[in-house]
Amino acid sequence: MTALPTRKTEAWRYADLRAVEALWPPPPARLISVREGGAHEEVVRVRDGGIHDFRVELAANSTLRLVILVQSAGYARVAVEAHLHEGAHLDLGGILLGDGDATQEIVTDVRHDKPGASSNQRVRLVLDERATGTYLGRIAVARDAQKSDAEQSARALVLKRTATANLKPELEIFADDVKCAHGCTVGELDKAARFYLQSRGLSRAEADALLTRAFVADALTGLEDSAAREALEAETVAWLEQRS
Amino acid sequence: MLVIENLHANVGDKPILKGLSLRVNAGEVHAIMGPNGAGKSTLAHVLAGREGYVVTQGTATFEGKDLLDLEPHERAAAGLFLGFQYPVEIPGVSNLLFLRTALNAQRRLRGEAEISGVDFMKKVRAESAVLALDMDMLKRGVNVGFSGGEKKRNEAFQLGILEPKLALLDETDSGLDIDALRIVSEGINRFRRPDRAVLLITHYQRLLDHVRPDYVHVLSGGRIVETGGADLALRLEAQGYEGIAA
Repeated sequence: MTALPTRKTEAWRYADLRAVEALWPPPPARLISVREGGAHEEVVRVRDGGIHDFRVELAANSTLRLVILVQSAGYARVAVEAHLHEGAHLDLGGILLGDGDATQEIVTDVRHDKPGASSNQRVRLVLDERATGTYLGRIAVARDAQKSDAEQSARALVLKRTATANLKPELEIFADDVKCAHGCTVGELDKAARFYLQSRGLSRAEADALLTRAFVADALTGLEDSAAREALEAETVAWLEQRS
Repeated sequence: MLVIENLHANVGDKPILKGLSLRVNAGEVHAIMGPNGAGKSTLAHVLAGREGYVVTQGTATFEGKDLLDLEPHERAAAGLFLGFQYPVEIPGVSNLLFLRTALNAQRRLRGEAEISGVDFMKKVRAESAVLALDMDMLKRGVNVGFSGGEKKRNEAFQLGILEPKLALLDETDSGLDIDALRIVSEGINRFRRPDRAVLLITHYQRLLDHVRPDYVHVLSGGRIVETGGADLALRLEAQGYEGIAA
């Protein structure tokens, strides 16, 4: 795509178009490909904003575990177009941590091109102040891609009512023997849980940090590299603590 | 230890406590009984500092400190423990991480050193054995997948680990079968010491067979209407609240 997107373009509907204009044209998509039978783990951290496009090619029976952590002040967008071949597996965890006037987006287009592939996406958004967080998750199962198994879970935690969360699952299924599960929720911190923690000695800020950390934890469960997982956890905790 | 004088409190706009007075000294066990809607749970939540429970009149001091002026976590660090009637499930936070975080938060607030991992696990093993909670359960999310009885045993377990001065137990006996009631009672009895006090909020006399109270109070219409010894609970059981509180 070379033309500047507009609001009418579905995938850019919630973007900060003024910021997009300044960033246009975006750099070419980065390719992540895993060879047949291979396994790869990749962590994408976005701290400085910008548009980050990825094209993922998963050969037959390969596995990619991808974690995306976005924590930036301005406009940040991570878009992943993934092609899954026979028996391939994509595990994608996404975390958006937004405050101030940040606009952050994760846009995924997971294509089960061949039979027997599986994908599991877990995206968690934590939004404070006037931040806007968006997750657009498209899953496309091709006509002959029988026995596809796609799971998608998107949850947003709105810490202040001035923040905005947009979650949109989109399933396009052309095969008949498939499993596709998806769920979206937007909510606030559970007051009963907060009081329970406070009554045991945690300050309100400590209680909120612990609850929020538990909220995003699901997005990191796919990582096998425990050092990488701990580093991302630490980054999340640091973000939570600097705000309280 | 705990002195409550003429306490009035609202939940939302609705007055629930209407002039409640109570004095609990170190070493004592008090039971507060009363019909549904008398204000028992409201009293527990007001003392622990829950949001939405507004004190409109009266005072409550804990070891001379104005309790009502403290944040909920400061009350915990001062030595107040609330055992919940409905313990909350918190997925993603393990029981052990939660308890260690809570214990160290209290210690920091009191100006004490944090507990070492070894000492913490020593306490955990001792208390969990008494309350028949196994290590796999403690590694799971807080109360996640716990039965009603297991949740109450977990409350008693936390009481044993956190070692407060005053245990305020809100219907700790509700939903327990006979064995669980005995186990939880054992936890409470282990907690009893001359420098600690217990305030039991309960509907039934049953718990008081296991944990002998020094005083029994009847709470009705937002006030204590009758105070007696352990025998008062037996009289209530025989005559009902209507006979006593009327």
